[in-house]
Amino acid sequence: MAVYHLKTPISEEEIRKLKVNDVVYVTGTIVTARDQAHRRALEYFKEGKKLPINLEGLAVFHCGPVVSKEENKWVAIAAGPTTSTRMDIFEDEFIKNFKVRVVIGKGGMGRKTTDAMAKYGAIYGAFTGGAAILAAKAIKNVKGVEWLDLGTPEALWIFEVEDFGPLAVAIDAHGNNLFTDVQKKVEENKQKIYRKLGLSSS
Amino acid sequence: METKVVEEVAFNLLKQAVIYLPEDVKKALKRAYNEETSETGKTQLKAILDNIELAEKYKAPVCQDTGTIIFYAKAGADVKNLDKVEQALINATKRATKEIPLRPNSVDPFTQKNSGDNTGRYIPFIHWEIVPGNTLELTVMTKGGGSENVCVTGMLVPGEGVKGLKKFVVDAVVKAGAQPCPPNILGVAVGGGTDIAITLAKKTLLRPLDAHNPNPEIAKLEEEILEAVNMTGIGPMGLGGKTTVLGVHIDYAFRHPASFPAAVAFNCWAARRASARISSDEKVEYLTHKNVR
Repeated sequence: MAVYHLKTPISEEEIRKLKVNDVVYVTGTIVTARDQAHRRALEYFKEGKKLPINLEGLAVFHCGPVVSKEENKWVAIAAGPTTSTRMDIFEDEFIKNFKVRVVIGKGGMGRKTTDAMAKYGAIYGAFTGGAAILAAKAIKNVKGVEWLDLGTPEALWIFEVEDFGPLAVAIDAHGNNLFTDVQKKVEENKQKIYRKLGLSSS
Repeated sequence: METKVVEEVAFNLLKQAVIYLPEDVKKALKRAYNEETSETGKTQLKAILDNIELAEKYKAPVCQDTGTIIFYAKAGADVKNLDKVEQALINATKRATKEIPLRPNSVDPFTQKNSGDNTGRYIPFIHWEIVPGNTLELTVMTKGGGSENVCVTGMLVPGEGVKGLKKFVVDAVVKAGAQPCPPNILGVAVGGGTDIAITLAKKTLLRPLDAHNPNPEIAKLEEEILEAVNMTGIGPMGLGGKTTVLGVHIDYAFRHPASFPAAVAFNCWAARRASARISSDEKVEYLTHKNVR
């Protein structure tokens, strides 16, 4: 387990160095995007429209933050990750088209995303679910917000962050997926548990 | 009893619950951190502990999902103005949403419209219990959505008895995996009917982690299931490790001869609850958060 501090924009070369179980802290710009923002971004790409921010080399964060406007300035109060599996249907295209290098969320992602990460050079960084204040304190500045018409949880929040993490590298750019590995082990362990409890397997 | 007092107490309980985790939960998480052998699991537990400390320091909600609000009211039969308690709890919820603040988490399931203030039809939900005396004991649980999404009820085969129940719980934990933000607390209940089982299962989540079922046989079963589910290897946040569940609480009702209803209620590590007792002379005793205001 190695610890890395990455600054955006992150290069493909830097990303390829990372392996599952490494720990990463990101400094620079991260942009939130949930279901609706992913959908719209891909529509924009299809129509040849430019996104309000160039995502190349940046991190995308699955998060619907609690924000408040204080003296005309947005402040992130609590900003933990949301469950990433919902974005699985968009993420491979998203990585391919916008060249994001880091996807941050919780709960892991599936095969299609893992393949896209290996092909185009990106990782999935698991941020601890519920650790909302830890996340908010790493957000030094809300640089902007786009697509507020989607509602505050679904908008694109552009955060300037310092040492945002710890992110556990759960999918690396070499096709390894820690969540799938754990799931496989859990299935094996389940049989052991059944035997211990005197249950027949099924 | 003045409804103003009830409202003030309910507001304070919400604030205590969403910012400060109960001592027993913090203790269990610290122990888990010390005992976890998976490095990745340990990183997750460290982040959780750091986050709990930051929430207390900045008096901010420990998680951005401030949950669905559920009250448990244990009302003395001689308490006056009980009919006005519901409105007081609704008022407290609205105020808490604005002032703490809480994330508005109450959505009409047909129009998908968010009420914006954490209230709506049946929400906050209030469980009533009438007891002798003239005090009102209020408990609030703010229940996170991630852990709610994996709660299960099932009709087991009576002939399989407790064995069937053990399998039901293990399967539920395996299926839930990383989703409910482990380490979790499990409330398990059998008997009654599906409604009774899940109600009892969720209510057991109010028990402190160091309190076991008073029936030694059931307490043993709690231990056995806890040990079993921690063999899954799911670990903190589903990234692998030996800490998947911090505690198991079991309750039961008698069952119909043909039925064996069972339920598992999951709570995330951010197991938020707070209680207080209001006496007839309006003296307030905070039961779970004695040292915070």
